[in-house]
Amino acid sequence: MGDDTLNILIGGSAGQGLVTLGQLLAKSLVRAGYSILVTQSYQSRIRGGHNTFAIRAGAEKIIAPREPVDVLVALDSDTVTLHQRELSSDGHIVLDATLVADSDFLLKVPFKELAQNKFSNIVALGVVGFLAGLSEGLMAKALDDFFGKKNANVALENKRALASAITWAAKHTKSGLKLPSIPNTSPRLMMNGNEAIALGALSVGIKFSAFYPMTPSTSINLNLTAHAKQMGLIVEQAEDEIAAINMAIGASFAGAPSMVATSGGGFALMVEGVSLAAMTETPLVVVVAQRPGPATGLPTRTEQADLEFVLYAGHGEFPRAIFAPGTVEECFHLTRRAFDLAERYQGPMFLLTDQFLADSYRTVIPFDVEKLPSVPVSTETAETTMYARYAVTESGISPRLLPGMTEHLVVADSDEHTEQGHITEDLSMRRQMVEKRLRKEKGIRTEVIPPDMEGEAQPDLLLVSWGSSKGAVLEAASHMRSNGARIATLHFSQVWPLIPDQFLKYLQDARQVISIESNATGQLAQLIRRETGFEIKKKVLRYDGLPITPESILRELNR
Amino acid sequence: MVAIDDYGHYETAWCPGCGNHSILEAVKKALAASQRKPHEVLFVSGIGQAAKAPHYLNANVFNGLHGRSLPVATGAKLANPELTVIAESGDGCNYGEGGNHFLAAIRRNIDITLLVHNNQVYGLTKGQASPTSLEGFVTKAQPEGVPSAPFNPTEVAVAMQAGFVARGFSGMINHLSDVIQQGIAHRGFAMIDILQPCVSFNKINTFTWYEKRCYDLSAVYDPTNWEAAMKVACEWGDKIPIGIIYRNERPPFEDHFPVLSQGPLSGRDVDRLTLKKIMERYG
Repeated sequence: MGDDTLNILIGGSAGQGLVTLGQLLAKSLVRAGYSILVTQSYQSRIRGGHNTFAIRAGAEKIIAPREPVDVLVALDSDTVTLHQRELSSDGHIVLDATLVADSDFLLKVPFKELAQNKFSNIVALGVVGFLAGLSEGLMAKALDDFFGKKNANVALENKRALASAITWAAKHTKSGLKLPSIPNTSPRLMMNGNEAIALGALSVGIKFSAFYPMTPSTSINLNLTAHAKQMGLIVEQAEDEIAAINMAIGASFAGAPSMVATSGGGFALMVEGVSLAAMTETPLVVVVAQRPGPATGLPTRTEQADLEFVLYAGHGEFPRAIFAPGTVEECFHLTRRAFDLAERYQGPMFLLTDQFLADSYRTVIPFDVEKLPSVPVSTETAETTMYARYAVTESGISPRLLPGMTEHLVVADSDEHTEQGHITEDLSMRRQMVEKRLRKEKGIRTEVIPPDMEGEAQPDLLLVSWGSSKGAVLEAASHMRSNGARIATLHFSQVWPLIPDQFLKYLQDARQVISIESNATGQLAQLIRRETGFEIKKKVLRYDGLPITPESILRELNR
Repeated sequence: MVAIDDYGHYETAWCPGCGNHSILEAVKKALAASQRKPHEVLFVSGIGQAAKAPHYLNANVFNGLHGRSLPVATGAKLANPELTVIAESGDGCNYGEGGNHFLAAIRRNIDITLLVHNNQVYGLTKGQASPTSLEGFVTKAQPEGVPSAPFNPTEVAVAMQAGFVARGFSGMINHLSDVIQQGIAHRGFAMIDILQPCVSFNKINTFTWYEKRCYDLSAVYDPTNWEAAMKVACEWGDKIPIGIIYRNERPPFEDHFPVLSQGPLSGRDVDRLTLKKIMERYG
């Protein structure tokens, strides 16, 4: 898949400043006007091990990671051993002068000499940035922003190392890896999936979040915490995930739009709380950033194996919606949508992402945060003398008052309850309440986001996917199309409820349908069969903990 | 003026002679004496016979999951600090299923009053041991007698320097009501362990058993002396102290959040200009 993008893979052990280097380089590329996509792969440890930070950059919009490496930045010898074979035919290796590697395009940089043993990662930034055609000013600005005014001296030392690296590179490199230069563009952001979820939540009026740290969800909460004071919300690190979701339910009951973010294991602890939010009809947004399970699994890798878990989580029967963003932009917009639905339908709504998307920095056009509306929290004031929190209505949605905001008493119960919210064992009331809660699904079903259908009508091959693999599937399809295949893609960014009328015809009209998922059993394919009877027989499944790439799809399809 | 009658009178699902009846009366008395109107009060409870108590008075109620009344109460208090928030549940709910939340609530010192109906047995599930059951207490689930040592909530709470630690007895309604009233007035986490008989499932710790042992901490007792309070908190046997065992003036959790000085979080607009600046930092 030769193309005009540049794929830079930085490898090293934890503690070598690899992520800092990656972020500075990525930010400089974004500011220079390029589209980027970052894939982070790291081990569950604080020091040592082998981690990578890959940046694919280009002038056109980049939607997927790429496997062949154009520039391998090796901060240690393991990186050379592990990744040398991924180099493209004219791929370069940038490495320390003391390390050994076999390549026609070897750039041995005297890290120690240029960096006084301290700023190897910044020297690498200078060299790679120079190769990519980035200006010194742009990279120096990134350093200034990173260290801030408080650490101006540290920034100065780093900038010196940067300058000497660039001078060295100018003298010792001749090859042009330079990306096409880009005319001045409108402002761009560099943002990953987790940051976009936090920003989406802030923009829609989140007022409360509680969490227990768990990779890869933690940075959602940390981003909210960073802006909590300014934006007037409370973020609390709870004693456990059970406390986190119950706190969020309590806060939401009292009128604060609330969210919890976790990963599979933490969500397992929250499950009883999901049922509580449904029974008490309390708005709640739950983000599950997936990682490979079962149990602790691969804590820092990626997978899409919790679709069925999130779909069925919580005892009893109640409606829900599950969103699965495919891009950083969708992380922002679908978070907003989840809040909106949670508030209007008064119950738990879900966002399902994964480590790949959570940590994947992308170039993003700024969101119109000044104009986007906030979530409509109840401001109703019941005029009647008798207020009934769970009044039986045709839509299933009952008038919601907030406790303490009017003279009416608001009573919510996890037991089956009367319209007034009091515990009951009146079994005809039980029937009415079950039906009332389930009627809300009718409304939710009228506003399901249809899957994206792209490509030929009645194709020879239809690729079905969901969530974070969106870009990889589109790129693989486009590659096959350029080789003459009649191909289309059907991508779901909302995976529940499924509305057969929105997509069944596409499945039936294709000569062959293949589902592409990051799990071992084809969970979306099974769900589609349950809902439509249509069986997707062929599946391309990846469950080694790494994200789906266009190449990984093509390899399987060509097998 | 708020009167006891404002809190209503309801039929309950409790056994005749259950200590819950007296506790409910004491709670209503304390609320009236505190001059809190029903709509200014939020009760959060868990599951168990004690957790049904909020259904039998007029107030806002969130009757949640077993063991989880404190996290819900914490969230609600943070969303609306103007509410008087009372968590009310049994010994199994608070010291067993919700033990971690009990410890965390003490550490946070959030301005919530916790009422624990402690009858040393699981009533609603028909008579298994609770975390406070005495060693050797025989039940169908522990036929050889409870093999574990009992949990002493006041000892733990005082050891952790909780803001307000008290014990009451359902057989002394006026005393209990006074303790609850002081707990509600206390700015910070107020933990009140309330001894009560279970007439159906606890034939050992009966009304008479408690009545013989409970003694009121005298007027000269100084609950701000932590060392002395530790001794009193550990006292359990032939004599059981009731009253305010320990108190301090640690700042409540809410004081750490300047955003709460402006009242409830609901209904506040998103500061879009600030948000735009935050977004631009990603540029």
